[in-house]
Amino acid sequence: MGCGRVGADLAATLDQEGHEVTVLDANPDAFRRLRPEFGGQRHVGTGIDQDVLARIGVGEADAFVAVTQGDNRNVMAAQMAKHIFGVPRVVCRIYDPIREEIYHGLGLETISPTKVGARLIKEALEREPVTRGGGE
Amino acid sequence: MYIIVVGGGKVGYYLAKELVEEGHEVLVMEKDPVKAERIAEELGDISLRGDGCEASIMEMAGFGRADMVIAVTGDDEDNLVVCQVAKAKFNVPRAVARINNPKNEEIFKKLGIDTTVSATAAILAQIEQELPTHPLIPLLTLKGGGLEIVEVKVPENSAVVGKRISDILLPQQSLIALIVDEDGVPRVPKSDTVVRAGDELMAVTRTENEDALRSVLTAHATFGPYGPIDSQGR
Repeated sequence: MGCGRVGADLAATLDQEGHEVTVLDANPDAFRRLRPEFGGQRHVGTGIDQDVLARIGVGEADAFVAVTQGDNRNVMAAQMAKHIFGVPRVVCRIYDPIREEIYHGLGLETISPTKVGARLIKEALEREPVTRGGGE
Repeated sequence: MYIIVVGGGKVGYYLAKELVEEGHEVLVMEKDPVKAERIAEELGDISLRGDGCEASIMEMAGFGRADMVIAVTGDDEDNLVVCQVAKAKFNVPRAVARINNPKNEEIFKKLGIDTTVSATAAILAQIEQELPTHPLIPLLTLKGGGLEIVEVKVPENSAVVGKRISDILLPQQSLIALIVDEDGVPRVPKSDTVVRAGDELMAVTRTENEDALRSVLTAHATFGPYGPIDSQGR
């Protein structure tokens, strides 16, 4: 759910690996981000509507990933997939680190790109400095 | 009581106004600076500009000591998160969420938010009371007898189309008394009179059999792959 950069990239990778992938986005233009060779299904609609989720077959899915731009939309859709449709594996992106911790505490599998990004950048800064103008 | 209202649109505004008049301590959280300003101008210094889902702002707003949180933004997902965070992080005893999609009432309940308010559902309930959702129109209730005279227009895809009156299994104490065809010609039906699509049937029935009579006369004849197709064609 959510065909942004991350969603489109993830969908393409999973599709290439041979999984059956369905992409859902409220904006049909978003599907332009998918590579032309993407073999999965594309559906236009909002993931926080039970009827939409049912229509695209979330009830039969083995995994559900919520990566729209809206934290709250992701949180709601992920909880619906998990608690209403019983999807075994649900991953939810939440930018806000505090909200991410709260929902992690409530049992949702969550990822905060803000937290992860900040950590990676800090680690890069702390690594052995590269000599300026080096390269010989 | 200390009541936090999240969302300063029309619903939030009038809600806050009433609550203030009742003597409660009220805070309205609103993202849009113009709306937040208007509330401050008209209701006094009770609005806080900011995202009611942002935990740091929630802390500042005093969610920790709130007796009740009411989330009335226009987005169901935002109202859900406000209420869930209020309960999980700030132990707010009561959280009320406004919902637009009536189907979310059940979902919110499963996700721990027991109190939801849906204008959509309220309007639907009102309409259903005023206009029956079915094509059966009560014409006359006969006093004392529990009997009614009703009118039903036979839909094109009804199972009774093409059937003779004697072959239609009506509920107990129900009788088709008059058929008016599409040209407006009335007939008193006999047992071998055939019902056509578009016929208007006047029937006498017991009040409690009204629903049963309606389904006999209007239920679809066709079956989709998953059973009967309902009136929306699903």
